[in-house]
Amino acid sequence: MSGKTLMRGTHVLGEAAIRAGCRAYFGYPITPQNELPEYMASKFAKMDDAVFVQAESEIASINMVIGAAAAGARAMTSSSSPGISLKQEGISYLAAMELPAVIVNMMRGGPGLGNIAPAQGDYFQATRGGGHGDYRVITLAPAYGQEIADMARQAFDLADHYKTPVMILGDGMMGQMMEPVEFPDPVDLATLPRKEWIVNGSKGRASRTILSLWLDPPKEEELNWRLARKYEMISEDIPDQEMYLTDDAEFVIVAYGTAARIAKGAVHRVRESGMKVGLYRPKTLWPYPSKALKGLCEHVREFLVFEMSMGQMVEDVRLAIEGQRKVSFYGRPGGVVSTPEEVAAILSSAYNSKTN
Amino acid sequence: MKKIFSRPESLKDNPFHYCPGCGHSIIHRLVSEVIDELGIKDRTIGVPPAGCAVLAYNYFDVDMCEAPHGRAAAVATGMKRILKDRVVFTYQGDGDIAAIGTAETIHAANRGERITAIFVNNAVYGMTGGQMAPTTLVGQESTTTPGGRLPVRDGYPLDLSAMLGLAAGSAYIERTTVSNPKGIMRTKKAIKKAFETQLEDKGFALVEILSPCPTNWKMSPKDAARWVDETMTKIFPLKVIKDVA
Repeated sequence: MSGKTLMRGTHVLGEAAIRAGCRAYFGYPITPQNELPEYMASKFAKMDDAVFVQAESEIASINMVIGAAAAGARAMTSSSSPGISLKQEGISYLAAMELPAVIVNMMRGGPGLGNIAPAQGDYFQATRGGGHGDYRVITLAPAYGQEIADMARQAFDLADHYKTPVMILGDGMMGQMMEPVEFPDPVDLATLPRKEWIVNGSKGRASRTILSLWLDPPKEEELNWRLARKYEMISEDIPDQEMYLTDDAEFVIVAYGTAARIAKGAVHRVRESGMKVGLYRPKTLWPYPSKALKGLCEHVREFLVFEMSMGQMVEDVRLAIEGQRKVSFYGRPGGVVSTPEEVAAILSSAYNSKTN
Repeated sequence: MKKIFSRPESLKDNPFHYCPGCGHSIIHRLVSEVIDELGIKDRTIGVPPAGCAVLAYNYFDVDMCEAPHGRAAAVATGMKRILKDRVVFTYQGDGDIAAIGTAETIHAANRGERITAIFVNNAVYGMTGGQMAPTTLVGQESTTTPGGRLPVRDGYPLDLSAMLGLAAGSAYIERTTVSNPKGIMRTKKAIKKAFETQLEDKGFALVEILSPCPTNWKMSPKDAARWVDETMTKIFPLKVIKDVA
């Protein structure tokens, strides 16, 4: 495939994952992301070296990911909000066992069974670890079809490099929307760094163990310190964001994923009225790109956070700003998708209320 | 002098932490002997449980990968699907395989996963201190069944192996015991066959091994072994449950 192809987000993710070297996919049906496992099933059926299993549960699928990752494969699972809750046990183990894996969450309305409309209520779950214990999950938040493709590749590379689970946090709208995308060439698996830690039979070497049980508290503490050092390194290395019309902005709206696209439309509309507004869009949600955001305080007098939730990322924005500027919030939870006009009205009113 | 008995190569030189009279150390040895005899030590991967055998990787000298409680069959599935020419076995207790991991186990069997499960049934949660297990007998005392397991309150012992026998993908299911010398010999044969079933690509294989737990049953090792032979086997009879291998 060269040049641009028109594809829906879930298919983009699947194609990009395969090109990134994903050779193991395990999943369980849940709307709105079923086109992703279906894509993996159809492609893997024609590949000798790839494994697709429709598992009996979300729990089984994340544990199959553990097995495939421990065996050295680039492994992935995907789901939507309620299913991701069920996977949290396995994600905690992946973090503790220091296994690379990619988990996709196409978020829907919640809590509980919620609905199947696009939402962003799983931000806390994604960025705070999600399961039990002291750990973090690298969380990438694409907003465009092309970015889904780019981040799928990046997710597998980061997972392998840091030996840690990586989550791609999208939503139902992003998964369904068709956009033109250009894919990178497939990765040659033979060129990837060798994994000297996998369990694949101890031929020619001493036997190995991959585990997460450290009964001796100082040993468990050592694991936690090791993870903390790793997370510190990740926090230095990978924070990323898009800054749109922020150079001269007095007022900045902060949003990610689908909400950021709506916010961008709002920024355009408000700019037309001569108000100097810009958009700050984090592309990594953990680690949060705090430094660049705080840097905006030099010329930005106020921030508005817009989320398709009751306000979760707003906490990270406030942590980044450290009280230097006012941070207000606007959100529509439950699968309701705001229009750019609606957000523009909120944005211009917030802009003017300060000015007046 | 001819050496007639030594430690299997697949067993590390570490003293077992298991209680006196517990079946785990015997079963560890049998599994190691089988791995040695089949010459598969350097291509075998074990998946230990959460439970008394959680530290099995301290004993088995093969590659091991821990699984969350009950999820061994799913972890082993992911592993075996990637490493088709290796041998993958799980080692699980009754709580692990027949309560919290029931779904993973039944579906792995039903898919006919080419894995071997060693299921140690001691009718009690051992590591957590003797609570009721899915396999606890009716009337059996445990720390959570005061006065004995009462069906109206606690349900009945679950015969997981019989259920697995119904799964189209299972090829070999047998229940044995390590409570007496004859049972130990039979158990070794069954373990060997369960590994061979995988090597011959025939389907899911499992050996359920009745195993004494003197500590939690509050019995002497001798009485515990006798209780397996005389009482436990009445509810969990020793037999080949399925053999299409």
